[in-house]
Amino acid sequence: MTADAAAWQALGLSLWVAFWATLLAMPLALWVAWLLARVPFRGKWLLNAAVHLPLVLPPVVTGYLLLLSFGRSAPLGRALEAVGLQLAFHWTGAVLAAIVMGFPLMVRAMRLAIEAVDPKLEAAAATLGAPRTHVFARVTLPLIAPGILAGAVMGFAKAMGEFGATITFVANIPGQTQTLPSAIWTALQIPGGESAALFMVALACLVAVAAVVISEALARRVAARIAGA
Amino acid sequence: MSLDLHIKQQFGDFALDVAFTAGAGITALFGRSGAGKTTVINAVAGLLRPEGGHVHLQGETLFDATRGIFVPPAKRQLGYVFQDARLFPHLSVVDNLTFGARYAPSGAAGPDLADVIKLLGLEHVQNRAPNTLSGGEKQRVALGRALLSRPRLLLMDEPLASLDGPRKQEILPYLERLRDGPLGLPILYVSHAVDEVARLADTLVLVQDGRVRADGPLFEVMSDPAAVPLLGVREAGAVIEADVLEHADDGLSTLRISAGQLELPGVQAPVGARVRLRVLAQDVILSLDRPDGLSSVNILPVVIEAVHPGDGPGAAIALRAGNDRLLARVTARAVAELRLKPGLHCHAILKATTVAPGSIGR
Repeated sequence: MTADAAAWQALGLSLWVAFWATLLAMPLALWVAWLLARVPFRGKWLLNAAVHLPLVLPPVVTGYLLLLSFGRSAPLGRALEAVGLQLAFHWTGAVLAAIVMGFPLMVRAMRLAIEAVDPKLEAAAATLGAPRTHVFARVTLPLIAPGILAGAVMGFAKAMGEFGATITFVANIPGQTQTLPSAIWTALQIPGGESAALFMVALACLVAVAAVVISEALARRVAARIAGA
Repeated sequence: MSLDLHIKQQFGDFALDVAFTAGAGITALFGRSGAGKTTVINAVAGLLRPEGGHVHLQGETLFDATRGIFVPPAKRQLGYVFQDARLFPHLSVVDNLTFGARYAPSGAAGPDLADVIKLLGLEHVQNRAPNTLSGGEKQRVALGRALLSRPRLLLMDEPLASLDGPRKQEILPYLERLRDGPLGLPILYVSHAVDEVARLADTLVLVQDGRVRADGPLFEVMSDPAAVPLLGVREAGAVIEADVLEHADDGLSTLRISAGQLELPGVQAPVGARVRLRVLAQDVILSLDRPDGLSSVNILPVVIEAVHPGDGPGAAIALRAGNDRLLARVTARAVAELRLKPGLHCHAILKATTVAPGSIGR
């Protein structure tokens, strides 16, 4: 396989992993963001700390903890494999690693958007006869939608760039678990591989810059919307 | 329509215990900031669940602490106009207006979208975003939005408090139209502005320190000397009704009240209209004999009904003028020197400038 073909394959896998990670993490992140922003309960600090832990742990530690929990010799990993879901050393594991690593960023963006919504608007909707589900769908959700999207973009970008936890948990198998960052790292290990690495670095930079630009634009939109009350 | 409520709530040292009934027309809940008015109206709306008491509307129990009944706000069929409009920022004016229409009970009477846009003068702003509207326009949209949900009762919490003078004058006629129009929608109106209450209310409930201190038809409560400290000595004064007889070229208009005629400037209402006059107690001067050679021409024969000494050097005098009641504020020294007492016939002098144009309505 040529170096370019390998690069495109790695980019394809990274996009695939990031897509699934973002899609699966979004509802859970929204729920957790809602709990943290709106629901009073005991031990909220614990949930908050757990969500933010992957931000402060070395990614290799997170990856190793995932391997300990979901590895092929761990009880949880064996149980999942029995129902046909292999995670360790498989692209699905890369998705799990990306979810865990991107989760704090997604929750933070969504939580800020939820906290910016004035509960008085929801009270006004209730006095107009709207049941709770309608208040959420017609008032809350449209107001936080840009925040949800911004969180998704951040999560997607994080999934594209994840390296430490991914390589620890699912290794670096070309065509199977070799994401773009893993492929760059591999290319840099080979004498004369810099030109192949440079091409992939350019691809990675492009995706990252696009994510930041989109996310900023959406964040501005949510601010403008809510300030318009 | 009848609203019957009793709200009990403890906030630290502050105990709220308010009970009253409200019938048709506009019932004003008046009190200073912190008197507990907003708590009461939020309890009626269901945005707050009080610790004790009940709320009955048209025989239906919306809240009863002892029986554990609490109907959620979405099921109460009440309209609520908040002080801060609370328009949905992501929706256009029209989408704001129609937000609650789909939840209105089918077959409920009320204006449709076109009626509301016309009634509230929103033709030019209907496709705009809320953040491009002026304060007065926002409040009109909020009012229309509440009306289109076909409420059984309209709740208004200081709807004019965040507006300046001209914007207030822009809204008041719409509220009068609602009160006098074919809708006959009952309104519970919270305010700390005596002029709004005097102009709009049919029934007045005075709240102070979490308790109802006076309660009854507006004309009676406003002319009750006991209400003077509740309204404030500068704001207290009777409200009476008058018919506009004619407008003279010099800007003065002649109005008829039960005790005679008054000549007042700045009356906008057409000849034949019935208007409300607010006669401030501090602007009424009493004279034992009919005075001559005064610059004021508004002199009415009155009978003293009651003399209420105040805490300070002033006293409030309840007067009967024809079928109307007036209130005068004089010094305690004048009460002693003139020997003012119930049953005494004397004359009340009203300065021509007593009645501000904004106080004339209906």
